[in-house]
Amino acid sequence: MISAHGLRKSFGDFEAVRGIDVTVRPGVAFGFLGPNGAGKSSTMRMICCVSPPSEGELRVFGMDPAKDGPKIKARLGVCPQEDTLDVELNVYDNLFVYGRYFGLPRAEVKGRIEELLDFVQLTDKAKAKVDDLSGGMKRRLTIARSLINRPEILVLDEPTTGLDPQARHVIWDRLFRLKQAGVTLLLTTHYMDEAEQLCDELVVMDQGRIVAHGTPLGLIQEHSTREVAELRFGVGEHEALAAKVDDLAERIEVLPDRLLLYSDDGEAVIEAVHSRGLAPVATLVRRASLEDVFLHLTGRTLVD
Amino acid sequence: MVDYAGSGPATPPTAPSGLVSGALRMGDYWLTVLARTWKGGVITTFVTPFFYVLALGVLLGGFVEADPTTLEGADSYLAFVAPGMVAAHAMTIAFSEMTYPVYGMVKWQRIYFSMIASPLTASHIVLAQLGFLMLRTLFACGVFLLVLAPFGVFETWWGLLLAWLVQGLVVLAFATPVLLFSLSIKGEESFALIFRLGMIPLTLFSGTFFPVANLGPVLEKVAMASPLWQGVNLTRMLALGEIDWGLAAIHVGYLGVLAGVCWWLAVRRLGERLVS
Repeated sequence: MISAHGLRKSFGDFEAVRGIDVTVRPGVAFGFLGPNGAGKSSTMRMICCVSPPSEGELRVFGMDPAKDGPKIKARLGVCPQEDTLDVELNVYDNLFVYGRYFGLPRAEVKGRIEELLDFVQLTDKAKAKVDDLSGGMKRRLTIARSLINRPEILVLDEPTTGLDPQARHVIWDRLFRLKQAGVTLLLTTHYMDEAEQLCDELVVMDQGRIVAHGTPLGLIQEHSTREVAELRFGVGEHEALAAKVDDLAERIEVLPDRLLLYSDDGEAVIEAVHSRGLAPVATLVRRASLEDVFLHLTGRTLVD
Repeated sequence: MVDYAGSGPATPPTAPSGLVSGALRMGDYWLTVLARTWKGGVITTFVTPFFYVLALGVLLGGFVEADPTTLEGADSYLAFVAPGMVAAHAMTIAFSEMTYPVYGMVKWQRIYFSMIASPLTASHIVLAQLGFLMLRTLFACGVFLLVLAPFGVFETWWGLLLAWLVQGLVVLAFATPVLLFSLSIKGEESFALIFRLGMIPLTLFSGTFFPVANLGPVLEKVAMASPLWQGVNLTRMLALGEIDWGLAAIHVGYLGVLAGVCWWLAVRRLGERLVS
C-alpha cells in the first residue's frame, strides 16, 4: 500500500525526516511512535500528498504523490491532529459536504452518513452544532468524516491526543473495529499504550530517523526485559543510589523521579533492594512497555 | 451496530476530471454555508444599499442643483451617484467576504486544510469560492439595480443589463487581490490596514459620490488609476447611456487583468499555505 525509500523532508535548514524506509502492507495497523518533533507528522503529511518529499522515493497505492496526489487522496481517509471541522455547520452537514468532495452522489452520501453516525455513536447529535460537541465527540466526527469515502487506508495523526481516558477508549474501540473490518490503519502517537493496543507493526522514530521496527511485543522482547521494578526515593537521591543497586538488574535507567531496574523477575529485585537496607518511598513492579523500548533506544522518555 | 464496511451503493471516490468539475463538487458546501448565513446577510445586502440611495441620492441629493455637464452627463445627483453606489457595493461585498472569512479558513477553523485532504486542489477551492462570491454579488447587485430602476436612473434596458453583468467583473477585481492579501498576512490586525487605507478611501474618492474632476488635475489621475473608478465609470457610462466604447474596453481590460493576475497568484499562495 505504501512504500518509502530514503524519504527525507527539510524545512530550510531544519531536517524533519532524515531518510526513512517504510513498507506498509494491506490490512495492517501500522504505527509511528515517537515524541513530539520526531518527524511523525511530517511523514504523514508526505503520505497524504500535502507535503512534497525533499528527497527519496515515496509510493502510495503504487502512485507518486507528486504526480497523482488527487487520485491518491480520493482513496485515503485523513484524520488530522487538529479536527478542522466547520464549526458553523452542524454535524450532518460537515459529513455531507465532505462526501461531495469525493464525487459521490448525494443520495449515496446521505446513506453513508446514517451508517457513519451510528458507527461513531453520534446519531442523536446529527443536527447539533460542532461547537456544542465535547472533544471526544469532535474527534469521532472527524473520524466519521475521514471514512465517508470508504478509504483503503485511514491515516490518523495523534488520534487521541488531548482526550480524557474514557473518550480515548471509545476511539480505540472504533479503530479496533475498523482494523477488524480490514481497513489499513496508519497512525502516529506518542502514547505507548495506544501503539500497543492498536498496532500490528510499528516503527519508533526519533529526531527524524527510524530507530526500531517490529511488532509491539517483538520490540519489547528485543529491547527490554519482561518486567521492570520502579523504585522511588527522596528527591535528588536517585543518581547516588543507582550505584548501590545496579548489579541487581540486567539494566538500570535513572530518571529524575525514579529508578527503573530491568529484570525478568521484578519482585525478586525489590526484595533484594530491601535486603540491602535501602528503603524506597514507593515501589512498583510492572510489565515492560514500549516506553521502556524508547527509553532504551534514545535515553529519553516519550512524553516530556 | 452497522459494520464499517457499510451497505448500499459503493461508488468509488474519484479525483475530479477537470477544474470546473472539481469546483462544482464544492457547490453543496457553499450552498450549505448560504443556507446558514443568508438571514444575516439580508440587511447588509439589500437594506443598507437602499438606505444609502435614500439618504445620499434622494434626500441629500435633493440639495444638489448641479449642471448635468458637471455631473458627467447625469441629469440629477441621484442618477450620478446610484451607478457608483452599485459598483462600490460590489467592492464592499468582496472586502467583507475575502477578509475575515478567508483568514478563518486558514487560521482559526483551518477548513482549507480539510478540503485539501480530499481529492480537491487549491485551484478547485479558489474557483469555487470566487465563483460563489460572483453569483452572490450578481444577485445582490441585481436586486440593488432593480430597486434603482423605478427612479429612472437608467437610460436603456440593455445598459441596465450590461451594468449588472459588469458587477461580476468588479467583484472579482477586488476579491482576488484581497484574497491574496488574506492568504499572505500573519495576523488579523493587518485587516485594519486594508479597510482604512484601502476600502474606505476607495469608496470616498473614486468617483462614487462626486466627479473625480473635482479632485484637481493631479489627484484626478490618481483616482482614475484606482480599480474602483474603473468600475464606477464603466457602470455609470452604461447607466447614463453615454458610452465611450474605447474607454469601456480599457475599463474591462484593466479589471480583467487585475482579476486574472491576482487569481493566479492567489491559487499559488493558497497552495503554498496548504502544501508545504
